[in-house]
Amino acid sequence: MTAVRTHRSAEEIGRTERGPRELPALGRTAPVPLPEVVTGTLPNGLTVIAARRPGVPLVETVLRIPAASPADSAEAGWTAGMELVAETMLTGTASRDRVGIDDELAGVGAELGVGVDPEWLQVGGSALASGLPVVLDVLADVLTGATHPDDEVFRERSRLAERIAVARAQPRTVAREALMRRRFGDHPIVSEMPTAAAVAGIAPERVRELHAGTVVPGGARLVLVGDIDPQAAIAEVTARLGGWSDDHPARRLTAPPMPSAGDLELVHRPGSVQSQIRLTAPGLDRTDERYTAFQLANLVFGGYFSSRWMENVREDKGYTYGAHSGQEFVPGGAVLGLDVDVASDVTAAALLETRYELGRMIAVPPTEQEVESARRYAIGSLLISLDSQSALAGTLSALDAVGLGVDWLRDRPQRLEAVTVEQVAEAAAELFAPARFTGVVVGDAEAIGSRLAALGGVSLP
Amino acid sequence: MSVTDQPAATLPLHRATLPNGLRVLVVPDPATPAVGVAVHVDVGFRSEPEGRTGFAHLFEHLMFQGSESLEKLEHFRQVQSAGGIFNGSTHQDYTDYFEVLPGAALDRALFLEADRLRAPKLTEENLRNQVDVVKEEIRLNVHNRPYGGFPWILLPPVLYDSFPNAHNGYGDFSELEQASLDDAAAFFDTFYAPGNALVTVHGDLGEHGVEGTLALVERHFGDIPARPVPQRPSFAEPVPGSERRQSVTDAHAPLPALAIGYRVPDPTTDPGGYLAHTMLASVLTDGEAARLQRRLVHQDGSVTDVSASNGLMGGPFDARDPDTFTITAVHPAEVSPDRVTAAVDEELDRLAEQGPDTDELARQSARWTAALHREDDRVMFRMLGLGARELLYGRAELALELPARLAALTTSDVAAAAARLRNAGRAVLTVEPASPGVAE
Repeated sequence: MTAVRTHRSAEEIGRTERGPRELPALGRTAPVPLPEVVTGTLPNGLTVIAARRPGVPLVETVLRIPAASPADSAEAGWTAGMELVAETMLTGTASRDRVGIDDELAGVGAELGVGVDPEWLQVGGSALASGLPVVLDVLADVLTGATHPDDEVFRERSRLAERIAVARAQPRTVAREALMRRRFGDHPIVSEMPTAAAVAGIAPERVRELHAGTVVPGGARLVLVGDIDPQAAIAEVTARLGGWSDDHPARRLTAPPMPSAGDLELVHRPGSVQSQIRLTAPGLDRTDERYTAFQLANLVFGGYFSSRWMENVREDKGYTYGAHSGQEFVPGGAVLGLDVDVASDVTAAALLETRYELGRMIAVPPTEQEVESARRYAIGSLLISLDSQSALAGTLSALDAVGLGVDWLRDRPQRLEAVTVEQVAEAAAELFAPARFTGVVVGDAEAIGSRLAALGGVSLP
Repeated sequence: MSVTDQPAATLPLHRATLPNGLRVLVVPDPATPAVGVAVHVDVGFRSEPEGRTGFAHLFEHLMFQGSESLEKLEHFRQVQSAGGIFNGSTHQDYTDYFEVLPGAALDRALFLEADRLRAPKLTEENLRNQVDVVKEEIRLNVHNRPYGGFPWILLPPVLYDSFPNAHNGYGDFSELEQASLDDAAAFFDTFYAPGNALVTVHGDLGEHGVEGTLALVERHFGDIPARPVPQRPSFAEPVPGSERRQSVTDAHAPLPALAIGYRVPDPTTDPGGYLAHTMLASVLTDGEAARLQRRLVHQDGSVTDVSASNGLMGGPFDARDPDTFTITAVHPAEVSPDRVTAAVDEELDRLAEQGPDTDELARQSARWTAALHREDDRVMFRMLGLGARELLYGRAELALELPARLAALTTSDVAAAAARLRNAGRAVLTVEPASPGVAE
């Protein structure tokens, strides 16, 4: 008695009578459509960068104010104070309370958020384009007249302490903090999240003082992208934010020292079932002549799914859900970072493969085919990644922060087309050399420590 | 005209069905240089067999591992070297596969999708490798972080009784490890029949135009042989008549949390009633002025964060009946869960009695309009929204009508939704930190 077959076998499913088919050719990729960007600077020092991108009836706003600590080393008190400035900026002004601010924004479909990092204070959001005057009105009110009411500061203080506890329970936060210290020592750039203890020590008066000292127009940059007339939008900003003034310019963050090569530091996180491996080395900023070649070398190594590292540790070995390498830009330069999260029992194995792939970038330089694939991806994904108002606004703001304009973006496909396989190989040999790296491993030291120690290049806690 | 009177987005929807049963939706948009191709398959984690939890998602991973004309890794390489991005995701009732590329790559994208829908290469080696990858995904998103799987994995077993609705869609490690190649073959032959799938093309159709695009779809997918389409069982089960409670311990959580789950109207037969719950979620927790934000966060200080959502996976119209309305909150250890649920009940009672005021509704509606526009500004999201609604309800138009439908809801619609929640049973899941106290 044979069982009735209800389905084909895997082998039968995988083939057809006709056999494999020919992959169709690609057409010609259209150039990246970039709008004209209009820039204007107000007498108070605020620079406005506006671009029309219709498509949906919205406008994106990104305001950046340099907001560096005056100290030359990380200070918990500064970070805690600035975090509270951001958290309570939208909780009250002379004419509006927390709910009033939110209601007014909601009426024009707007969301505004305030965020702060060691380098910038940012106020960003989106609204229905017809609501731009309302958004600018609320923005002007909070920038020039936020009162940071006592009760709101007290409430945000306790909420923040709870949120910090939740964030620090995340292994990726633990890894990020350890990595930043490994990279930059005690430079203010490492202090991205305050401690609960420092937050508890900040009085409302101190928050108001910090706001007055840091929320200033001199050096601030506002990007507007959407279904707007750029000239009219700049006039609108001038009318509403022209009165924002101060007697000193905003403070920019100093360049941190570049990370120096060394052992990976093992950070013990009891009970971890996975380890966070984070490697880092000095990178290149966008103005470096080797930047484009390095960008392609990075794609080949680990910058996208079809990369050597990802294909090795995920698709061949099954050690991870994702491995990624990429740059972060910091004042005066950039750092390259390699991130992968792996099960505890394959931590040493994954680190070995990572070092192997770094070495292979030199010993077996990127091939013509690898470079071509990375090149097409870089050009095409530029087209895809700029295909929304918010992405375009974010990109223009990030470039503007380092003094680059839309032309840099406009010429980028040409630079990517022009770079040669030899140039990519040179950048790979120079920048992916294993000896340039340092980093951290976060995990359960009892489970992973002995193998990492035996493998070498890892300092145990 | 108020800002919520935005004209409904007018996008032409072109439909076709191939002789093998495959449905096709083509939605041109000349305003973008990008084109998206998606395949939605009518199987999600609710349809996976008992003893094989996590299989629908595991199978989604296998579909990227090569097909008759494409070696392992080739799919990723071909999409990316065309300048595109790709992904796939598994939901309650569907699985999607998609890529977004420069318009010039449309022909190639259709080829790639057709090749794996026709003849995926399912091998023992790829199966074992992807079981490992999926386990890392689960460790990353669930086991090694605070509040992992909260509430989408933890809440359903409290609210639902039947296996399809209650089980963990990520799967148990032991069951993932037992998955066999023959399971994969059976799953593919059963659920991945062309008549059980939809192809969506959206964006820049270039010189192909609508007719040319339909012809390309026919050329690539037309010779996949028809197979019987599986009868989808009803997942209906009675609404609980009382409150059900369950507590779990979380080794990584620094603070307690709770999730309240309710049942909602059937989105297919009562889209208006269903959508009123979406608006209710916004009135409760979206923005500083929302009811539970004001009450729990600012007035009582009894929670750190609170959020409400209609739909287990977060978005409206993402599943068939039954779906879940959730309220989640993280709260300090000294606040009891009962204090939070009592405050939620009071606010729901107030809304059931008086409804939100018209201004409040207009503001939430304006926010929704802007948020939906923002989503539609990306080819990928608009395409996935159109495809999912076409597959689940046969009405891609739902995606385009959302802002107007939300704007049309009245105070009494939302009041009725609040009353409905108060008059039915619910699930309350509490998450306890393993070690009390807030560690720095």
